[in-house]
Amino acid sequence: MVTEATEAAGKGGEAVGMPQLDFSTWPNQIFWLLVTLVVIYLLLTRIALPRIGAVLADRKGAITNDLAAAEELKQKALKAEKAYNEALAQARADAARIVAEARAGIQKDLDAALAKADAQIAAKSAESEGRITEIREGALAAVTEVAKDTAREIVAALGGKADARSVAAAVTARMKG
Amino acid sequence: MGANRVTTEGESSGFAIHPMDQFVIKPLFGGTDIYWYTVTNMTLWMAIAVLCITGLLVLGTRRRAIIPSRTQSVAEMIYGFIYNMVEEVTGHDGVKYFPYVMTLFLFILFANLLGLVPTSFTTTSHFAVTVTLALMVFLGVTILGFIRNGIGFLGMFWVSSAPLALRPILAVIELISYFVRPVSHSIRLAGNLMAGHAVIKVIAGFATLAVASPVVVGAVAAIYGLELLVAVVQAYVFTILTCVYLRDAVGGAHH
Repeated sequence: MVTEATEAAGKGGEAVGMPQLDFSTWPNQIFWLLVTLVVIYLLLTRIALPRIGAVLADRKGAITNDLAAAEELKQKALKAEKAYNEALAQARADAARIVAEARAGIQKDLDAALAKADAQIAAKSAESEGRITEIREGALAAVTEVAKDTAREIVAALGGKADARSVAAAVTARMKG
Repeated sequence: MGANRVTTEGESSGFAIHPMDQFVIKPLFGGTDIYWYTVTNMTLWMAIAVLCITGLLVLGTRRRAIIPSRTQSVAEMIYGFIYNMVEEVTGHDGVKYFPYVMTLFLFILFANLLGLVPTSFTTTSHFAVTVTLALMVFLGVTILGFIRNGIGFLGMFWVSSAPLALRPILAVIELISYFVRPVSHSIRLAGNLMAGHAVIKVIAGFATLAVASPVVVGAVAAIYGLELLVAVVQAYVFTILTCVYLRDAVGGAHH
């Protein structure tokens, strides 16, 4: 086998049968395989695997933290929304109260002003009423006077003797009639 | 080198395909004798595999980024894949053997894939390599089984769920299947790779016939694709079988 292998190698890589079954090369192969495996094993256990494991753990931690933070922020947002809604309702209630108060105040003022105006109007109309009565009475007196004078003049013009008292009585009677 | 020879001899003697030439182990720096320490083409490609693993798992992860780069996420994916495999198959106790399994997987995966680089050398197509790998698993599992379970490890061969009369026969069968494990474990890997590479070489050899060459190009491309799949699947199969064997030692006798 050894001579075959050396011959094969000497001829520039010509295979004699199955090179796999050339047992003369086995110690060499096994030696280098073990070297390779030990090197890979050391690379993995000393550097690669702890590093990747740490990265994966870090990432998992980061994701967990982020999720927790997100949950917290969500709670905060919900709380803020609730506070906002409460404030809004409060403001609305306040506004309604202020409007009602204002409305009541205005109504009061309005009522007072109306009452005052009514009173003024009533006073004015009463005064006017008085004046009208006065004027009417004045007018009536004036008419009576004029009627008496006219009647006397008419009587005088007709050639009668005007008795002032009887004329006045007749006119007054007429006026009343 | 084989390809040159195929064409030259193809001219002289009509048709000569040497599919096994690619598996020949040669000293890298001249000379003809291969001693146990001689640096050969196999040594070279094992070293290249180590460099690739270093590039992916050490250089690729050097930034330790929370948001990984592409290389780092590939490294993390392989890590997660093998870690979950070990944990699922061997149970929680088996996780401490994860670095060993990872070493095996990465070596086989990269050896298989590098073997598909044209003119390269496929280290895992050699029985010396796969038998060593399989024996390491076999001996490791057996020794570990006896250390962890004492003589109770032999209970694995005594199928207590079977009728008493059948148990001795089953024990013999179990014992044989146990010792066949490293054989199938190693021959499966080397056989798959050797066959695939040899087939590619044989088909490629027909390219010297002008008529056949278009078909040959298509066929080689198709088989190359298949071989990529085989390279990954065989690495996976070797690894998961390692995990399954490891479960016997770690999880005690439950079959």
